[in-house]
Amino acid sequence: MVLILGSILMVIPFVWMFVTSIKPSIEVLSWPPSFIPKSPTLENYRTVFRTAPFLRYFLNTFLISTISTLSILFTSSLSGFIFAKHRFAGRNVLFLVMLTTAMIPLETYMISLYILINKFGWINTYQGVVAPILVMSFGVFFMRQSILSIPDELLDAARIDGSSEWRIYTTIILPLSRSALGALAIFSYMSAWAFFIWPLIVINDRNLYTMELGLTMFQKRFTVDYGLISAGSIIAVLPILIIFLILQKNIIEGIAITGLKG
Amino acid sequence: MEGKKKKRKISNLSLFCYVGLLPTMLLYVLFRIIPIFDTLRLSLYSWSVLATKNRFIGFDNFSKLFKDKIFITSLVNTTLFTILVVLFSFVLSLALAIMLNNRKMGRFSAVYQLIYFLPVVTPMVPVAVMWKWIYDPQYGLLNYFLSLFGIPSQAWLIYPNLALYAIVIMSVWKIIGYYMVIFLVGLKNIPKDYYDAASIDGAVEWQVFRYITLPSLRPILLYVLVVATIQTYNVFTQVYVMTSDIQGAPGRLVRVLVYDIYENGFRYFKMGYAAAESVILLLIVLILTVFEFRLIGKED
Repeated sequence: MVLILGSILMVIPFVWMFVTSIKPSIEVLSWPPSFIPKSPTLENYRTVFRTAPFLRYFLNTFLISTISTLSILFTSSLSGFIFAKHRFAGRNVLFLVMLTTAMIPLETYMISLYILINKFGWINTYQGVVAPILVMSFGVFFMRQSILSIPDELLDAARIDGSSEWRIYTTIILPLSRSALGALAIFSYMSAWAFFIWPLIVINDRNLYTMELGLTMFQKRFTVDYGLISAGSIIAVLPILIIFLILQKNIIEGIAITGLKG
Repeated sequence: MEGKKKKRKISNLSLFCYVGLLPTMLLYVLFRIIPIFDTLRLSLYSWSVLATKNRFIGFDNFSKLFKDKIFITSLVNTTLFTILVVLFSFVLSLALAIMLNNRKMGRFSAVYQLIYFLPVVTPMVPVAVMWKWIYDPQYGLLNYFLSLFGIPSQAWLIYPNLALYAIVIMSVWKIIGYYMVIFLVGLKNIPKDYYDAASIDGAVEWQVFRYITLPSLRPILLYVLVVATIQTYNVFTQVYVMTSDIQGAPGRLVRVLVYDIYENGFRYFKMGYAAAESVILLLIVLILTVFEFRLIGKED
């Protein structure tokens, strides 16, 4: 009973946003509000696409999230492998450095990071947006943790056969870490997709807006036109919801696992 | 001969380690370690991207900060916000997880998980936009529901005292599915024997929760608690989207810490001052982290 009530509360905002998006503007501001639009229309969607390049925003976000995720997967798995299976001078120091700074959020050093990125001339560039999300210390711990459970005998056997460490990484470690990599990919993709404050600071060129930034600016421009804003939000949310409904189980499990093993 | 060969192999191995770690470390040092330390340095300067002369002023930024009413308000708001969000989302998500863990739920559990997870996968900006509409003082859905119970309309986001609570509600709504799923995994890992033994001993439900569920979940609870606290303390997006049109209001009662850093740094270009604020934020985060390691350390 409580669960059903809760589910309704979870879904209502989405339904309400959709309903609003297909109402003509006079009906949006009718009182009492109606849940079933009397004269549904796609006019709002047409106007959204006419006034703001949401497809471009989508592609920008897609590009940034993909680069970030690929880089995180590569750096995390390779460093995770090294930290889990190798001994070398300075290992503990390096690991400790990562551990102690892992919890420090971007918001606390974004001022200096901005000055640095500005010095590089990277304001209003993709590399500027993506710079702080190319590595994830959490990803390194997570991959290390997962690679630790791969038996050493397997690696030693390959070494006796003359495999180089790089070959071991590509032919043994990566295939055996597939599920961990999948979970990490979902986690990093989601965080990159929702990334907001940093793009807000480094991007002011409309052509480089991410989905989140584009929607924010769109909202600022049409503050009172809720039919339009709702249509914009639906456009921003739809791709994610579709992917979520397709991969639901993998996503929930992936997020739960990455949340737990930190 | 043998020894030489072995030595070469070892140095080859460590060469692989250092080369392999190089990209990670390079990115890490450049885009994280250096900016963190640079923030500390900057906080002692009067610094602006626009100014030609940036000078060292010692701890002046900090002493100014503690006389800055807007900063103090931000600090209080952020702390209050964090306490409320963490408290409510914790209790609610734990209760949900326990309900869903019930064997009778069967496959309905998966359906509920899916529904409660919807807000988690949805990025913050569209979520904030849709809640802003729900909170609309004139045509908002929330006021409509309240009017059904005879409660007069409230200016949720306009009236600063209410705005903070309005943002707390939507933030809790957004995050409970996430903690719920994590708790659910924790609950599934508790051996069934514990519960069987408890029911043989005739333990009532509350006792089972108090003496079996809660202690078994302890490490997870602590972990989620600290991560949640740090994340919530850095709240920005929903405040920016939902209230930036009333941030000019006298008293600026919905200002939070990161918002204030953003304003000082990127609107007034007082970067030294904003850096000093960041240092205080950093200190709070560090204290919370140390606190976490203490608590979890005790457990092991």
